[in-house]
Amino acid sequence: MNDSPAARKGLGADPYERRWMIVSLVLLIAFMVTVTIAGFALGFQVPGDESRVDPRTVADSPPWSEPGLRDLGNGEYVAYVLSRQYLYDPNTITVPVGATVTFYVTSTDVQHGFKLQDTNVNMQVVPGEVSKLTVEFDEPGEYKYICNEFCGIGHAAMFGRVIVEAEAGGS
Amino acid sequence: MVLRERTDYEVTREDRRFVGAHLFVAIVALSVGSLFGPLQAFEWSGLDLYGLLEPIGLGDYYKGLTIHGVLNALVWTTFFITGFLTIVIIKGLGRPLRYPKLNRIGFWTMVIGLVMAAIPILMGAATVLYTFYPPLEASWAFYLGLTLVVVGSWIEGYGFYFTMAEWRKDNPGTRSPFIVLAALITMVMWQIATLGVAVEILTMLLPAALGITAGTDPELGRTFFWFTGHPLVYFWLLPAYVSWYGMLPAQAGGKLFSDSLARLAFWLFLLLSIPVGFHHQFVDPGIPIGWKYVHAALTYGVAFPSLLTLFTVVASLEYAARKRGGKGLLGWIRALPWGNPVVSAQLLAGILFMFGGIGGITNASYNVNLVVHNTAWIPGHFHLTVASAVTLSFFGVSYWLIPYVTGKPLWTTRWASFVNWTWFIGMLIFSNAMHVLGLLGAPRRTPLGEAPYVPEEWSGHLFRMSVGGAILFVGVVAFVVVAARTAFQKSRFAEGEGVEFPIAESIHDPQDTPEWLDRFKPWIIGTIVLVALAYGPQLIEQIGNAAYNSPLISP
Repeated sequence: MNDSPAARKGLGADPYERRWMIVSLVLLIAFMVTVTIAGFALGFQVPGDESRVDPRTVADSPPWSEPGLRDLGNGEYVAYVLSRQYLYDPNTITVPVGATVTFYVTSTDVQHGFKLQDTNVNMQVVPGEVSKLTVEFDEPGEYKYICNEFCGIGHAAMFGRVIVEAEAGGS
Repeated sequence: MVLRERTDYEVTREDRRFVGAHLFVAIVALSVGSLFGPLQAFEWSGLDLYGLLEPIGLGDYYKGLTIHGVLNALVWTTFFITGFLTIVIIKGLGRPLRYPKLNRIGFWTMVIGLVMAAIPILMGAATVLYTFYPPLEASWAFYLGLTLVVVGSWIEGYGFYFTMAEWRKDNPGTRSPFIVLAALITMVMWQIATLGVAVEILTMLLPAALGITAGTDPELGRTFFWFTGHPLVYFWLLPAYVSWYGMLPAQAGGKLFSDSLARLAFWLFLLLSIPVGFHHQFVDPGIPIGWKYVHAALTYGVAFPSLLTLFTVVASLEYAARKRGGKGLLGWIRALPWGNPVVSAQLLAGILFMFGGIGGITNASYNVNLVVHNTAWIPGHFHLTVASAVTLSFFGVSYWLIPYVTGKPLWTTRWASFVNWTWFIGMLIFSNAMHVLGLLGAPRRTPLGEAPYVPEEWSGHLFRMSVGGAILFVGVVAFVVVAARTAFQKSRFAEGEGVEFPIAESIHDPQDTPEWLDRFKPWIIGTIVLVALAYGPQLIEQIGNAAYNSPLISP
């Protein structure tokens, strides 16, 4: 250990400690690079700033006055889902396998959650805001969407389902 | 040496009682809040006991969950921390509080606030869980009560600052004692961080609850809340670090490995605890992905001082163990004084926290968070942090601090060790099951026993979780018994006996620590600048576009 007054200005870190600090920094930078590539190059993206609505009137004007699925063609779909204590409207959405669905979800009352099981769709649903994420359904089956934010006494019963149908004539 | 003289200071009877009053409220809160833990755990695995509590008005799962969160995460911690830091300041500086009355005002403000918040919770008028997200409606008394608890803790903090200022005047050129510096950094961080929730309550929730305004802006409310919400976990954690860095080395028979690195870690916590709140809002609407990404990077930044802590604490322990004759690459671990419950509590807390830290990095990881947000993984995670790293460490602190303030010996070493191991084993089982359930998609804050969508696949893990919860309950009951029997027994320490106040010496003289690690001003300015950069633009945007059109709605 160097005890000269000059050395005392520094941290006086032990050599092992210095190595540990470098390893820690490298590790954290590696994590950051990984999530950056996954998010911005491979499309594993979080919801962003979409649009605002008035929660008191949102259910009265399009597109939310008619919630549900819109077929855009080429296997592209948009789903508008209204959340309210303690149900989703619609509570069943049916698409063919291979469909790419963009979910727009908002709330007419309190905060809710929208977690589509077995996919990467997981959103906070906040009155006054629109939550948006896109998912591609590669496997047929039933995918439940459940409310994962406490929204009141009936919260545990709040869920819906996406039914992904195997292609007609397929096995 | 200076340190000796400092530890010779006799804490007055009044100050011991004052600290003891903090511990009393903290442990009463913990014992009531913990009653609901096993009820929740059992409900998840299909055994609903809430019907039995219906006659006494506690039959509502969510009311119980609100009590569990508020009392355990907010009240137990805040009262224990303010009490613990008070004795750290007094003993660390070797002098009484500069204005003892001020600190007493702070304490009683917190008590009044607690009572004020507790009444509406028990009446079912504040069933909003401990995050009270708008527009869920709670009584104005709940919001005002929480505000008073926070304000009371601020006042106690001011009392610390005045005491420190006087010590500085009397000791120019002397490095402040590490534990005191660390305690003060914790308070400064807390006082900056709680501005978020203070603004949320005073400008949005309280006016709406009183009917002065028509509604709330829920997303803006979330941004204010999480400005406070993440540093809140560091407010819980840093006092445990005070013990790990500043006391545990002495308790284990060694010294603090590096005084300067310990100080650096605390300064980095001040700097980086606050500008990270958007990592709780990764899946929120209304916040651009760019700001979420910036906060993701800063959250990785705050992992750095935690990794520093891992090194310094383990190195200090290894130093102690080798002095006690420990050998081998990892064999030294056995040479630590595991038989001392003060030590084993903190060691086991540290082990659980390693898992908690890994999970925390997962949560911080931007898009990976999509898998775990609002799932059972999250309470699984914070039971490893606040309910293990913090709570189990505080158990360890209690084993010497209760004897220290009451003058009565610990009842008993054996039962205290039982508490530690029960908590450790229960938590391993409980938290592992919760993490697995989260990955399978199980939502948090939901009575899964009545949820119609629970697949068969979860049931084994739900059962395992409730077994862990039951073991944890045995642990916490044993802790409350140990604390109560210690404090209220008849026998006292004999003349010349007693507990020593643990202050770890540093291997290097603290006077060699660079001066810039002992100055508040540059670090506080740096913190304010960084917070302004990381939060300013988005806050201005959200406040500018605020629409208070979401009326409060009863849950």
